[in-house]
Amino acid sequence: MAILSRSEAKRILDKVLKYSRADEASAQLAGSETGNIRYARNSVSTSGIVNDIELAVEARFGKKSGVATINEFSDASLEKVMRRAEELAKLSPENPEAMPMLGPQKYVSVDGFAKSTADITPDQRAKAAADSIIAAKEKKVVAAGYLEDQRSFAAVATSKGLFGYHASTSANFTVTMRTENGLGSGWAESDVTDFGAMNTGSTSSVAIDKAVLSQEAHALEPGKYTVILEPNAVSGLVGYMMSGFDARSADEGRSFMSKKGGGNRTGEKMFDKRVNFYSDPTSLDVPAQPWTDDDFMQLGRIEWVKNGVVKNLARSRYWAEQSKGEVVPEPNNLIMVGGDKSTEELIKNTRRGILVSRTWYIRMVDPQSMLLTGLTRDGTFYIENGKIKYPVKNFRFNESPVIMLNNIEDMGVPQRVGMWGISAMIPALKVRDFTFSSLSDAV
Amino acid sequence: MDRRKFLQLSGAGLGVSMLPLSGNLVAESKLTQSGIDLSVKKEFADVALNTATKLGATYADVRIGRYLNQYVITREMKVQDVVNTESIGMGIRVIANGTWGFAATNDLTADGVARATRQAVATAKANSKYQQEPVQLAPVKGHGEVSWQTPIQKNAMQIPLADKVDLLMDVNKSAMDAGASYINSMLYLVNEQKYFASTDGSYIDQDVHRLWAPFSVTAVDKKTGGFRTRQGLSQPVGRGFEYLDGRAEDKIQAQTVLYRDSYDMAEDARLAAQQAKEKLTAKSVKPGKYDLVLDPSHLWLTIHESVGHPLELDRVLGYEANFAGTSFATIDKWRSGKFQYGSDKVNLFADKVQPGSLGAVGYDDEGVKTRNWDLVKDGVLVNYQATRDQVHMLGQKKSHGCCYADSWSSVQFQRMSNVSLLPGKEELSVDDMIKDVEKGIYIVGAGSFSIDQQRYNFQFGGQLFYEIEDGKITGMVEDVAYQSNTQEFWNACSQVCDKDDYRLGGSFFDGKGQPMQTSAVSHGSSTARFDGINVINTKRKLG
Repeated sequence: MAILSRSEAKRILDKVLKYSRADEASAQLAGSETGNIRYARNSVSTSGIVNDIELAVEARFGKKSGVATINEFSDASLEKVMRRAEELAKLSPENPEAMPMLGPQKYVSVDGFAKSTADITPDQRAKAAADSIIAAKEKKVVAAGYLEDQRSFAAVATSKGLFGYHASTSANFTVTMRTENGLGSGWAESDVTDFGAMNTGSTSSVAIDKAVLSQEAHALEPGKYTVILEPNAVSGLVGYMMSGFDARSADEGRSFMSKKGGGNRTGEKMFDKRVNFYSDPTSLDVPAQPWTDDDFMQLGRIEWVKNGVVKNLARSRYWAEQSKGEVVPEPNNLIMVGGDKSTEELIKNTRRGILVSRTWYIRMVDPQSMLLTGLTRDGTFYIENGKIKYPVKNFRFNESPVIMLNNIEDMGVPQRVGMWGISAMIPALKVRDFTFSSLSDAV
Repeated sequence: MDRRKFLQLSGAGLGVSMLPLSGNLVAESKLTQSGIDLSVKKEFADVALNTATKLGATYADVRIGRYLNQYVITREMKVQDVVNTESIGMGIRVIANGTWGFAATNDLTADGVARATRQAVATAKANSKYQQEPVQLAPVKGHGEVSWQTPIQKNAMQIPLADKVDLLMDVNKSAMDAGASYINSMLYLVNEQKYFASTDGSYIDQDVHRLWAPFSVTAVDKKTGGFRTRQGLSQPVGRGFEYLDGRAEDKIQAQTVLYRDSYDMAEDARLAAQQAKEKLTAKSVKPGKYDLVLDPSHLWLTIHESVGHPLELDRVLGYEANFAGTSFATIDKWRSGKFQYGSDKVNLFADKVQPGSLGAVGYDDEGVKTRNWDLVKDGVLVNYQATRDQVHMLGQKKSHGCCYADSWSSVQFQRMSNVSLLPGKEELSVDDMIKDVEKGIYIVGAGSFSIDQQRYNFQFGGQLFYEIEDGKITGMVEDVAYQSNTQEFWNACSQVCDKDDYRLGGSFFDGKGQPMQTSAVSHGSSTARFDGINVINTKRKLG
């Protein structure tokens, strides 16, 4: 029941919109089956499957809007949910920023559904966990991990003739390996569309190696270092920065993207010329829903940064009207262009530096400069003359990703990572003068 | 249907927050209707408990919940969103073959309840293949049929939406009139109607209310391109709408107005606008060692991160290693009986009973009557926070009552209780404390926060920073963050003000677990002094 076909979904959406007496109406039908298995201390702790399907209906009278949801689809239920949305709309305060609903959109075709993920069984989930636990036990380390897989669909329609359907699958696996003496810790992630491409055993081996190698870390003085940040170390900083690629907050003067004297920094070269960011729902690496969540606007390729120059900031339809700018929809994925080197090659070309496997607990310190703080975690190593010399204690950093992206020395091959609820392609980066402000005893 | 949704708020500039939101979107009138009849809940609970027992479960508990939420979201003179949700269903947890099993359903019929119970027992039996140690539950005597309610005077769900909108519009107007460039303000209201029953013989009906009224004011200087924010000093509370009455007797006149058991949101918004503007031109702090005087509106977050989390037993044992992390406060340190967590001025206690607190309930989500207990006594680590299936690992026989689930559809697990700093025994006011500080900073309100996965190294910001020189506050400073190590920090605590200054702060959306669940928890303290803490300057310039 959770995954409906295009025609089944369209039939329900057409019917519910027919009941509308409002000025405008829209409907979104979304269903998913999500499975998970969690383990810690080399033992499975919880597992579960959640089936869910929901129809959300919005009714509009002028600038008054009401949303109601339901999970039954009989004719009577469909009429009821539309009436409820209409009642809510009449009782709501006006939203002066409400924009008219959209008519037909041209959605690009996205191939984001893998049968192997759709057909996953509880036994496969248990085996995925067992492969990780067995690998851990063999090397005398302790595993804690989590696998979540999902098959889902979404269908959208408006009373103005818009209709779209998108089905997708995803699976995300993370694992933390800790040595029994508590002196070493490693982490690894696998984020895929196709469960067939996931190997929890080999992902676990990466984490195990880091755990074993990171034991008995040396303490280095905090300060400015050349660092090689692996993709999971880069993504937390970049995710924060991209959340600030918003025209409204920039135009309002409350963002690192604000321009002195008014306006925003679109068109300015703010980063090293090798920095390129874009979004594209048709990406084969990170396929994504081809419309925006809030108003179902069609998504295509959007350039955010090209050769270090800011090309676009997200701009809602309301803000585009107010600021007389172009609408730039919020994306559902992010791609940072990288280089062609492996992390090993980046290490090989480094005379002195620090390899950072992962960054964690990142928080905004000053939005004016996009200054972030956070910590390294699960494998931090000192590099000398092209080789990992020894593990080092974790650091706290205070650094702005804007400054970081001006100090690039080299770039690795992008990898798929989970980032702020979306999937992204992010390369490893070699960066000079990265600011570590204190040491942490945490392993 | 109980879909977990995340409502993304981008209106507040760059401080994007993700709000957990679950349940059906419903009309406001639903929020004022009464829930499921008590006799019906008992009937369904008995179906579940009897079915589980028949299928071989050695223990079962059932939670029938009706969860109501209302969020009102505004900016300047606009209402951006009003969200009302209702979520009703039942979760059943069993022990079979020495292993936990859980299932949940929104099909509240005898058949639906029995079906979910069968699933829970089947899951327990299937998972028992991977179980290494059988579950050991600390004994709990059945409580019979009992009830508990958050002591509220005005049920926030019963206040008309129009009044709430008027309140926020007044708040926003007072900020804008006082020179704010922008304000975002919100009301978050929660009512958990929870019925718990277990094979121990408990039938517990609870009606839990929580409320939070945050705002963020921004001041922009267009000429320089600078901007500063000041967030509201309201605290999330386990109280009714009376919290927003802003009674004169609850106000403390300090560098800004501080609040005890009720809050004047419009007044705080006006002050916030003035202070955000003042921050634009305030002196940038000189980095170095300072004695910090931390107001309870700030210190609650430091307690939360550096005491509350590391003393959660599941973290200590490694169950949260892949997400939240582990803890420096290991069992051997506790067992030694000599681990000096803080100075002898530091007494930290856990509780689930403080009136007005977010954690206060009559019974936890596995039927344990709530109480308080010591975590750190005269500076020494003496206990953790644990659930029924964990306390045996500490050699203890009584659960601490720390079990919580954020929905009927989520499995309950160990969550933080209220964790608070006991006021100093000797009479000491904030003014008297500041008089003795030669070089210090007085910090009000919680800001940026970050701590490592074992809770050693942390960095905290704040909302308002005032420099202290030779016992006097000399003015506002900016760009302040302090860094320390948990044990060093608490051992640097030299003074705690007396009970007259004791106030509660708290976290409304604390996340933990995979899949993640939220919980709400309060932390009380009086103003406290910490000597020789490292302060950094956070100002950076972009090209």
